Amino acid sequence: MAHAHAVKRYSGFMDWLTTVDHKKIGILYLIAGGFFFLVGGLEAILIRIQLWAPQNDFVGADTYNELITMHGTTMIFLAAMPLLFAFMNAVVPLQIGARDVAFPFVNSLGFWTFFFGGLLLNVSWIVGDVPDAGWTAYAPLAGTTYSNDHGMDYYVLGLQIAGIGTLIGGINFLVTIINMRAPGMTFMRMPLFTWTAFITSALILFAFPALTVGLAALMFDRLFSANFFDPTAGGNAVLWEHIFWIFGHPEVYILILPAFGIISEVISTFSRKRLFGYSSMVFATILIGFLGFMVWAHHMFTTGLGPVANALFSIATMLIAVPTGIKIFNWLFTMWGGSIKFTSANLYAVGFVPTFVMGGVTGVMLASAPADFQYHDTYFVVAHFHYVIVGGLVLGIFAGLHYWWPKMFGRVLNETLGKITFWTFFIGFHLTFFIQHFLGLLGMPRRIWQYLDGIGFNEMNMISTVGALLMGVGTILFLMNVVVTMAKPKNAPADPWEDGRTLEWTIPSPPPEYNFAQTPLVRGYDAYWKEKMEGHKGMTPAEPIGPIHMPSPSILPFFMGVGLFVAGFGFMYAPDWGHIGALKTGHFIGIIGLATTLLCMVLRSMIDDHGFHIEEDEILKDLGGKA
Amino acid sequence: MSAHTHVEGQLPHEPEKATLEGRNKVLGFWLFLGGETVLFGTLFAAYLSLRDQVLEGPTANHLFDLMLVAIATAILLTSSLTSVFAIQAMHQKNVKSLIGWLIVTVVLGASFLGLEIYEFYHYVHEGHGFTTSAFSSSFYTLVGFHGAHVLFGIVWITLLIIQLSRKGLNVVTAPKVYVAGMYWHFIDVVWVFIFTVVYLMGKVV
Repeated sequence: MAHAHAVKRYSGFMDWLTTVDHKKIGILYLIAGGFFFLVGGLEAILIRIQLWAPQNDFVGADTYNELITMHGTTMIFLAAMPLLFAFMNAVVPLQIGARDVAFPFVNSLGFWTFFFGGLLLNVSWIVGDVPDAGWTAYAPLAGTTYSNDHGMDYYVLGLQIAGIGTLIGGINFLVTIINMRAPGMTFMRMPLFTWTAFITSALILFAFPALTVGLAALMFDRLFSANFFDPTAGGNAVLWEHIFWIFGHPEVYILILPAFGIISEVISTFSRKRLFGYSSMVFATILIGFLGFMVWAHHMFTTGLGPVANALFSIATMLIAVPTGIKIFNWLFTMWGGSIKFTSANLYAVGFVPTFVMGGVTGVMLASAPADFQYHDTYFVVAHFHYVIVGGLVLGIFAGLHYWWPKMFGRVLNETLGKITFWTFFIGFHLTFFIQHFLGLLGMPRRIWQYLDGIGFNEMNMISTVGALLMGVGTILFLMNVVVTMAKPKNAPADPWEDGRTLEWTIPSPPPEYNFAQTPLVRGYDAYWKEKMEGHKGMTPAEPIGPIHMPSPSILPFFMGVGLFVAGFGFMYAPDWGHIGALKTGHFIGIIGLATTLLCMVLRSMIDDHGFHIEEDEILKDLGGKA
Repeated sequence: MSAHTHVEGQLPHEPEKATLEGRNKVLGFWLFLGGETVLFGTLFAAYLSLRDQVLEGPTANHLFDLMLVAIATAILLTSSLTSVFAIQAMHQKNVKSLIGWLIVTVVLGASFLGLEIYEFYHYVHEGHGFTTSAFSSSFYTLVGFHGAHVLFGIVWITLLIIQLSRKGLNVVTAPKVYVAGMYWHFIDVVWVFIFTVVYLMGKVV
């Protein structure tokens, strides 16, 4: 079988547009997600500047609505999720001993549809019609009666396109983890990050189609005058709430579970101990994923579903505290008696634990339906979800960035700068959001543009704004760290932390295109650590060295993304752009866009991808050079 | 890949699952259908919550002609059977019969779609337009999503017929045919639910 096919291997910019290599796609996700994180962060700082003094008019009320809508939407869909996909791409195949994901082409397609969806959403800032109905887009506010510019069209279409990318990414990781594990890598030997990626992918698979339908229905309402959510035409506004939250609540577990996985890896590595209660961790992850679908109506306690529904959803929500508590105690017991190293990554992980507990405790408070009538739509809720999303997820992402940076880029991030970044960001975070609990309890509603002087909100809002600026400084420090590190030579060893426990630390940093020269044989949980403890230098190979089959790069996913982007524009502006013959110009452009995407699908189906082989001598050369 | 080699020129027993790529495809498609189930589940939920909101438009009871829908249902169910025959032909490595049954499947699918278009056309003339009421919007969205799936399936299977006639049956084309068969069955199952929930229940009330 060892005959090479003539396949073009691109370099430079074209390489990044056509790559199907999960490690490079991971970096693309990191760059795009990082960019949107900065955009969302800038929006957050503008929000805080507006609120830092009573009756401030730094931005107008309309702009403020746009800022809060785009901050929430951007951070959830375009920053947090892609950053997690960055880690899933960069790490999961390495942790299970695979050479790539199950569908490399689809992986690339997932990235480009996410990217062009996000781009479409943010083009709204340039055009000037920005989504402004809140990130939850409640009807009828999001309908044409109250949002009659193109703002919410950008929301509906941008998220729809980005959502396709997320969904196919989820399927890809499910199949990868089920089918592509190395010999001996049983389910109960998988590293916890892989487990959480697995459960998160399952949640994506069952949650995102609900959003697809919700967005499609809202799109039909807005673009084609359907009546789903318009009460005057028999529609039902509460239906949107149900559809949105039946997706939206699993979504928050989609976000937090991989962060749990990262924290588990980091704490275990830097405590130099096996993760305490591994099987209970796995069980807790599955249980959280399952219960995550049973609790959506706790976002709707004040909608008026009645006491029975509220009571059931209250209890279901409180139940989630049990598996989450199991996780918290397991992390504590992992650290207990370990020889802990406080690297930057571990600082973030250790800082995560108490912060997330605080977010969890307010979560249980909010789960109590009668109390929720007091908290609902106040800054108490804002404080709660920022504690779980920033204090949980973002700290997890930072921990992961410092931990896996050498594996992704071959360079260890500067530790001193990393620690300064941590303290700046961590203190800034608590300064911003801790005080917001009290603002909420005092009755400050969320989503307001201004507040009056003399009602006791002034000082607390100013403190919150100072904290937000400090988080901004922390983020800039991290970027400086990236620049400083990237200027250094690429010299990270395979196992830069020297205590690596899992398979990704057995191969060079960054790994060669084919990851594993020989597929490793896994003999237990913490596969690499087990070999180390038995005095072996590396893994036992499960196969002889031989030519490795690789998938070909392809530009088609990029054009499929472009096609959807163009189609989105066309349909959105169809009412404004006149006619070509009998057809509206906008619809014509939309059809061209969709046709481009479909044509790419046809080409992909008709033209067989034979891939190419990396020959034995090239692998031996790599091994000689680096081992 | 070495583990999946087979004697040259001879197809393995289940060619769709002979390679890792094939197995990935089949598993990935099962998962995709899981997602599709949620998609249609949500559409059904939306329809069920809005189906009584007819406003000035005609009611479901007044509108639906069960005879026409029953014929469409029979056609689609038969096409599911012919797609099974196609997969059986594939397992017997009979490419000619495989292509034949796929063509029959596509023709039946197209007839179903034709009836559906006629049905929609008829409804619009009865005053049941897409924008008439919440009932009409959710009806056309649910049934239309299904129709769009049928159309996609017709185009897809047609492309597969072209590929089969050009490349023949091998470990690359076999998983594609198998997966398209799964898709076609799924469309059929969804239709069974539409027939029950939309049409039969529409007549009961």
